[in-house]
Amino acid sequence: MPTFVRTEKCDGCKGQDRTACMYICPHDLMKLDKDGSETGHAMKSFNQEPEQCWECYSCIKICPQNAIEARAYADIVPMGGSVQPLRGTDSIMWTIKFRNGTMKRFKFPIRTTPEGSIQPYEGKPKADMANIKEDKGFFNNEGKLPYEGNRDELILLK
Amino acid sequence: MSGTFENPEVIEESCDILLIGGGMGACGAAYELGPWIEASGENISVKLVDKAAMDRSGAVAQGLSAINTYIGTEQDPADYARMVSNDLMGITRDDLAYDLGRHVDDSVHLFEEWGLPIWKQPGDENKPLAEGGMPVRSGKWQIMINGESYKWIVAEAAKKALGTENIQERVFIVKLVNDKNDPSRIAGAVGFSTRENKIHVYTFKACLLVCGGAVNIFRPRSVGEGTGRAWYPVWNAGSTYSMAAEAGAELTMMENRFVPARFKDGYGPVGAWFLLFKAKATNAFGEVYMDKNKELLNDYPPYGLAKVPASCLRNHLMMKEMREGRGPIYMDTVTALGDLAKTMTPKEIKHLEAEAWEDFLDMCIGQAGVWAGENIEPEKTNSELMPTEPYLLGSHSGCCGIWVSGPTDIGAPESWSWGYRSMTTVKGLFTAADGVGASGHKFSSGSHAEGRLAAKAMVQYVLDNKDWTPELDTPVEELTSDIYAPVRTYLEHKDYSTAIDVNPNYITPRMLQFRLQKMMDEYVAGVATHYQTNAKMLDVAEHKLGMLKEDAKKMRAKDLHELLRAWENYHRILTAEAHMKHIQFREESRYPGFYYRMDFNIVDEENWKCFVNSTYDKATQTWNCFKVEHVDVVDKTQLMK
Repeated sequence: MPTFVRTEKCDGCKGQDRTACMYICPHDLMKLDKDGSETGHAMKSFNQEPEQCWECYSCIKICPQNAIEARAYADIVPMGGSVQPLRGTDSIMWTIKFRNGTMKRFKFPIRTTPEGSIQPYEGKPKADMANIKEDKGFFNNEGKLPYEGNRDELILLK
Repeated sequence: MSGTFENPEVIEESCDILLIGGGMGACGAAYELGPWIEASGENISVKLVDKAAMDRSGAVAQGLSAINTYIGTEQDPADYARMVSNDLMGITRDDLAYDLGRHVDDSVHLFEEWGLPIWKQPGDENKPLAEGGMPVRSGKWQIMINGESYKWIVAEAAKKALGTENIQERVFIVKLVNDKNDPSRIAGAVGFSTRENKIHVYTFKACLLVCGGAVNIFRPRSVGEGTGRAWYPVWNAGSTYSMAAEAGAELTMMENRFVPARFKDGYGPVGAWFLLFKAKATNAFGEVYMDKNKELLNDYPPYGLAKVPASCLRNHLMMKEMREGRGPIYMDTVTALGDLAKTMTPKEIKHLEAEAWEDFLDMCIGQAGVWAGENIEPEKTNSELMPTEPYLLGSHSGCCGIWVSGPTDIGAPESWSWGYRSMTTVKGLFTAADGVGASGHKFSSGSHAEGRLAAKAMVQYVLDNKDWTPELDTPVEELTSDIYAPVRTYLEHKDYSTAIDVNPNYITPRMLQFRLQKMMDEYVAGVATHYQTNAKMLDVAEHKLGMLKEDAKKMRAKDLHELLRAWENYHRILTAEAHMKHIQFREESRYPGFYYRMDFNIVDEENWKCFVNSTYDKATQTWNCFKVEHVDVVDKTQLMK
């Protein structure tokens, strides 16, 4: 289901050097056509290699203009369906349209904390170099393994 | 000076620790490093280099609907090591799996603390796992999550831990460089920016190589637009295995592969359907092949006789139906949902439907697209299942990868440990996640935990090598010239023909990939031969791969995007070659249902219950495969029915 960019909606992220979709695509597929020489649409982005699209929807979810959608793989899927998300800060809403017109809508939570709020080491103990040995757990485990299993299970220790 | 496409700028940097990759393993390392560095009191510098953007890089980029490894309070790490071993037909490193099992839950607890929604049992909704909250398990090891933003959350913690000034995104590392004075040591890495005309050269004391598994080395079942709809992420190009091999690291179990049976064409997950919704898979006539063909499991003691037979054997039972003409294979979603609905209120049924769709929407949206386009509502229509093209990986139900040093406190053979957890046989070169071979079933949480284990050991390594200064064994000019060779090839020859894609002086990365996929598919047990091969076919593959490797030097790159593809495909070729050489060496069929050596179509416990390891000689471009003795560190008899 390669992604495509709606000509009307894309604003090229307002003339910045790179667009949100370029920033996020894990496979380097989204490209800003600065002068229109590649698509005929200057300052708008496009999917430069649709057959390499994993349809991870990262570009669709991040686009500030909701300008990106997905069209199901033409070599696999009958035409007419669509799956489109609207990702907020704590939940995502999905609209699924079947080829026969059936519609389904779902909303799922995506995170329980505000975006950007993670304080990775807040409230965590400091590491102690005495515990850097492998059987002393991670830095925050204060010298104990997270899960000390039953040592009798280790048959070669007997 | 700023670089041009013809003449890129070269940027040389040095640090103590370089993290190559941005997925779960790298994020785990990024988190764990800081406190140990602080505690050491030394000024240890760290840099992370990712070819993508950390918020959405690696195998969890799209999200996940479950965390597949959470030990919880119900099981012992030894139970986990046993499960991993049996699922991978007995040949895994118990020391690595056990060590992961006793660490992994700590990472899951962090994910929840950072904001990942984890499903809980009624009454425990507001009780974190760390405080004894009981998760909703879809299987013995799996817990359900609302995981659309899983990677986004984990990356946020990693980025804050490391500091954005120490993170370089959109730089693709393509080669490791050994030390000039000690070839058994790693000293640097080189890569290029996919955004600017810049080549980056890093020197360091230690590095963590975590660039995922290998996808698209075999011809996929869909070859048009659907090529991208790989089961595992299409950007995983085997970079971990190939760069490690070229640096001289010993690989292990590269014959192993994973052929997941998934919803056809979209490759949507089946785990929740089997485990949570209790659906059965059937042949076209409604017969449950796991029951019908269960006697086939007796051919593969003890792995087929365990309470849960190995994944490959479940494929083996399915493939009998396909070969004998009783396909298509279906997931009987209609019966499963119907049975569940019998005891449910309409509201509960609606919730169940949402859960079924979320399973796809969290981690495999393309499958929802297939269902929408084909008008499939799972309560009304069953969906086809299909075994995919083969994948190489070390974190899911696969165990190919790099041979690493394990823990010393659990009784494993002394030869399995050489000082630093997760260090490869090359000094200073560490790996985690898909990179660590002979283990498997780490999944997202275990990959993160394994990155943390490696991070801890890397700090110790750097402290122990404080006075050592790395020196690259190859001049920077030669390294940079190598990297941009596809660009020079293009610029030199592009005007020879009027159509730039058809030119006898070069090959496009795209066509090179097709050639690789075709030969792997047809000779190295891809879908074209129903996963079957033999020594003669492998001879042909070896010959063809040799010429492909030569031609790889003639790849062109018309822009930085194509330069990325050129080097990804270079990595794919070496990984594919390792896979082929290992299958050639192992004269048995260890993984029926994943591949068959038809000339040795048995599991030969007497001669092949051993690891196959290999090293690659960069100078002669040849592989050396050899056997390594296997031992059990935990008792396996408890697995049996």
